Amino acid sequence: MAGLVFTDQSRLPPSPFLNNVSTMPTASANPAGPILTVDGTPLKTSLERSLKLSKLRAVGLVFPPLVFLIFLFVIPIGSLLTRSVDDSLSNKVLPRTLAAFERWDKTSEPDEAMFEALYLDMKAAEKLDLSKLGTRMNYEKSGWRSLVKITTRGLKRIEGPPYKPAMLKLNKRWGDIAFWQSLGAMKDPVTFGYYLNAVDLKYDGNKNVMRVNKHRRIYQLLWWRTLLVSTIVTIGCLILAYPVAHLLATLPLRISNLLMICVLMPFWTSLLVRIVAWMIMLQQNGVINDSLVSLGLLHDDNRLEMMYNFTGTVIVMIQILLPFMILPIYSVMKTIPPSYMKAAQNLGATPALAFLKVYLPQTIPGVGAGCILVFIVAIGYYITPELVGGKDGRLIGNLIAHHMQHSLNWGLAAAMGATLLAAILILYWVYDKLIGVDNMKMG
Amino acid sequence: MGLPVYATPGQRIWHYSYLAFCALVLFFLVSPLIVVIPLSFNASPFLHFTQDMLALDPKGYSTLWYKSLFGMCDAEEASLWTSCTDKWKVGTINSFIIAIAATGLATTLGTLAALGLSREHVPFRRTIMAVMISPLIVPFVITASGMFFFFAKVNLVSTMSGIVLAHTILGLPFVVITVTSTLVGFDNNLMKAAANLGGTPFYNFFKIQMPLIAPGVISGALFAFITSFDEVVIVLFVGGPDQYTLPRQMWSGLREEISPTILAAATILVLLSIVLLTTLELLRRRNERLRGISPA
Repeated sequence: MAGLVFTDQSRLPPSPFLNNVSTMPTASANPAGPILTVDGTPLKTSLERSLKLSKLRAVGLVFPPLVFLIFLFVIPIGSLLTRSVDDSLSNKVLPRTLAAFERWDKTSEPDEAMFEALYLDMKAAEKLDLSKLGTRMNYEKSGWRSLVKITTRGLKRIEGPPYKPAMLKLNKRWGDIAFWQSLGAMKDPVTFGYYLNAVDLKYDGNKNVMRVNKHRRIYQLLWWRTLLVSTIVTIGCLILAYPVAHLLATLPLRISNLLMICVLMPFWTSLLVRIVAWMIMLQQNGVINDSLVSLGLLHDDNRLEMMYNFTGTVIVMIQILLPFMILPIYSVMKTIPPSYMKAAQNLGATPALAFLKVYLPQTIPGVGAGCILVFIVAIGYYITPELVGGKDGRLIGNLIAHHMQHSLNWGLAAAMGATLLAAILILYWVYDKLIGVDNMKMG
Repeated sequence: MGLPVYATPGQRIWHYSYLAFCALVLFFLVSPLIVVIPLSFNASPFLHFTQDMLALDPKGYSTLWYKSLFGMCDAEEASLWTSCTDKWKVGTINSFIIAIAATGLATTLGTLAALGLSREHVPFRRTIMAVMISPLIVPFVITASGMFFFFAKVNLVSTMSGIVLAHTILGLPFVVITVTSTLVGFDNNLMKAAANLGGTPFYNFFKIQMPLIAPGVISGALFAFITSFDEVVIVLFVGGPDQYTLPRQMWSGLREEISPTILAAATILVLLSIVLLTTLELLRRRNERLRGISPA
């Protein structure tokens, strides 16, 4: 303990017991009691105090950036995640209706009391809330949005009870029991409905989980595709990166530094620039097709389609993520002495056996780091699939952006984001256990 | 690593195919970037090599797209193919302003965090480090969505300061990582000696510690700069329609009307990345040289 405090002495204000060691009155005055510093406090207390002070200084340094990060990053993401389970809007706008819904037997025709509750709720609600609610209800059953809209507009024409015939006159769909039943899926202020939607499931009126209609199932496909693309990209990067990393690690420094530029230059170039470059390479009149045609390898009529599809996404992502794989593997290979391989061969192993038994196991930490890194980055990719992916190269990230910006189904976007984030955090945790976050190196 | 003289033909074939494979991979990494440069001098509005270009005819080349990039296009040329806007110029200026501001903030905060985290008595060191690095791990789409809702609440949507703050968050982890790893090699006895000689903590930091950890700080700052300068998702989500940056202009160019102006911009960015790479390499060498003579 004392040693720690002494090493930190430079950052502390001179503490009394160190400056006046010679005049310490402690030991002679009271040999049996606790050792005291010059001002009479016990040494233990004094040490504790200076340890506390040193802790306080470290925290003082970390505090401002941490607060900044928590306010602008952790809290926003946390509040985004709460949106994925938040369904309080319907409770806020339609409290009476939902109460009446609870009393209803869910099968008979809705009675006057339910219509009265609905009328009173809609009358009391704000216009903006109603239109938001219509959008929200439409996720459960299509047709709600227009129904709510029409009713909102016609509300002032209803003079008084009985409300049931008046509402039915506004729109006969109010007589359709299916609409009323779908209220059951949104009666709770907290819902897992968006998570279900994110994997092509939904609640029915009784909160049973069921699959959505066949022609609306897209999300499962997209999750699988995202996993598939990330896996292919990771494996592809590994296959391409391993030999290159080995070459860079074994060549003399002068040449390997030169080749390293080839790896680092793409790494430092703007992502969009690399995508532009690939568009030029891959398009129908692009460099690759032109070269193949002029070499006679390809007929002019059946040029390869390499862009706006799955292939294009994979090729471009591999090129973009390759440095993330090469660099960690390279840094591990650099630490393996070449004499090991020579020793193994000297002892009678064939080169292949020596590689498998001696070299490969030692490179596993680098391979693991590279794979997890590439996979984590690939799984959340958005820009590349958006620009070169076309229709069948879209990934889950694109759908999150779509729901954020175009369909405005923020609950679903948040649920998909939360699922993606959970997957990434698990991988990040594994990465931390295997390699340690603080061992991450750059450049 | 050359082949020993006693290598069998099989080993030779294996070795040369291995070299060829590596060459192909390196070619795969670099070739797209190289191709962009000559195409940006294209005289026609196409994104592929024309006959004139392949024949090395000067007619096939022009600096038209660079002029339009800087908003200096002639009326007749402009009316032919490209709409003459100053959006590229405005976008570039905005990008620089945002990137410089975000880099300054991220470097200051990140260095503070790294200094604190490399002290001995930090509680929850691992957790804090993990939180500091998390913006690197979370996909930009999710970060951007979260910030969009948060900024909407505090009226930062569609403002430049909103983008600067968001980019600061993205750059922070880089600075924390690079400065922390530089501090590992920093000899704390120097600070003790300085304190012993009567320097105030501030004076000692700027006179002694800062110059020695400068390579880490600068390379972290470069990472933060390039991250901000290159970032488009957050600008799209948080920036609203008024905030134009260079990547955003490229983004809309790629989605709407692809013209070689984009290639001119791309060429400039490739050159910029070469400059940054060189700077980093020089810094690394300087750092190694300093380490070589330091008593560590």
